[in-house]
Amino acid sequence: MTQESIEHDIQGVAADLAADRSSPRPATSLQKRHSPLASSAEQLRMLDAVPLERGGTRVEFESLIGGALAPSALEVFQVNLGKLCNMTCRHCHVDAGPDRWDAMMSDEVVEEVIAAIGRTSAHTIDLTGGAPELHPRFRDLIEAAVRASKHVMDRCNLTVLLLPRNAGLVDWLGERGVEIVASLPHYRRPNTDAQRGQGVYERSIEAMRLLNARGYGKGDPCRRLTLVSNPAGAFLGASQASVEGEWREGLSREHQVTFDRLLVLNNMPISRFLDWLQESGNLDAYMELLVGAFNPGAVNGLMCRNTLSVGWDGRLYDCDFNQMLDLELSLGEGAHISTFDETSWLKRRIVTARHCFGCTAGAGSSCGGQTA
Amino acid sequence: MPGYYDTKHLAEFAKIADDKPELGKKFFDYYGSVFADGALTAREKSLIALAVAHAVQCPYCIDAYTQDCQQKGADVEQMMEALHVAVAIRGGASLVHGMQMRDRARKLGM
Repeated sequence: MTQESIEHDIQGVAADLAADRSSPRPATSLQKRHSPLASSAEQLRMLDAVPLERGGTRVEFESLIGGALAPSALEVFQVNLGKLCNMTCRHCHVDAGPDRWDAMMSDEVVEEVIAAIGRTSAHTIDLTGGAPELHPRFRDLIEAAVRASKHVMDRCNLTVLLLPRNAGLVDWLGERGVEIVASLPHYRRPNTDAQRGQGVYERSIEAMRLLNARGYGKGDPCRRLTLVSNPAGAFLGASQASVEGEWREGLSREHQVTFDRLLVLNNMPISRFLDWLQESGNLDAYMELLVGAFNPGAVNGLMCRNTLSVGWDGRLYDCDFNQMLDLELSLGEGAHISTFDETSWLKRRIVTARHCFGCTAGAGSSCGGQTA
Repeated sequence: MPGYYDTKHLAEFAKIADDKPELGKKFFDYYGSVFADGALTAREKSLIALAVAHAVQCPYCIDAYTQDCQQKGADVEQMMEALHVAVAIRGGASLVHGMQMRDRARKLGM
């Protein structure tokens, strides 16, 4: 596929999404609104301005955890394919949406990522976005990861599976053993629709029925359906272990749908969630909540220690949140997937800022769920 | 004194132990044990606490257990149902005394 044809395909997807009235849109992207918070520098400035103090001293992430985070072996190779999405959720940390075809991985970077997947010692390739399924080369990346005997995770918003262009995708993913890691804020309607838009809950359940019918979420390790919950507001996530049973029972009783495991995340105070915190007057109290709920036991399992995050333009980060804040890997200017070297990566200093309080609050939070 | 309630009291509640540490410690240890997962889940206990908070009309407890219920994964509809349990018992407690009123009225009336 050439760069011209990939751009043509992406424009085609964007045009379909613009015409699609079935996907509810509770918010528009910060970029489309020309919000100052569309700029990562402005987001960092807003976080810096929060008066977080203990005993008259400003609280920063490294002072709270007592020094820099130590890198561990590379396990997860996470690729963000770009910001295009069929939805526009109010809490999105990517500022994704149907209008964000401006930030999509080029053909050249896809090839560089495929080459790096062949070289990496990471056991898992984690595909995210936006809605990664909307990228024209989504399937090529999965084929490359399967060839390299990697476990593949598709971070899926559920509703994207119902788009006509994705007919047959679930079977295709199942045949390759791809784990579907699907966002569902809550197992009941009110909080899910509040965060993702009216009608999203119904469509999410419909997608779960489709997944179950194709063998996902039924205990088959080659067709694993993981649900990811996050709070619909300025509070911490529930305990994974404590609520999983209730989710199973509720979803089975109300809709006869099943899943394999539940992850619970906290919301990071960046991008559209940061915008909402500010607009709703919750920002200072939420940051206080995150610092007050600091859990030293959550530090060891933080994803930034064992994860490489690759941006849509091939730039490299310690996590997807740092990526959205343009906080690049501390490997010198212009660390890029085309020249990625695991040995020097292991010696990096992990980049942190005040948004990181979100990952160490309560039971901890990372792409793999709670860390404490 | 600026008034009878102050929002900062909630965050500083632990200071109540300063003037009587051994009893304060016993209370907070007991309190922590009460709300741990047990035969009832921590979430079920939080919903009970929210209902009781409304029955005893404690603004501190209402603040604390609204957030706690949300953090334990309850949505507002579930929380409102818990609240109506308290309302029903409070209302019912008034109404059931009407049995006494009826008995007395029948005794005195013709």
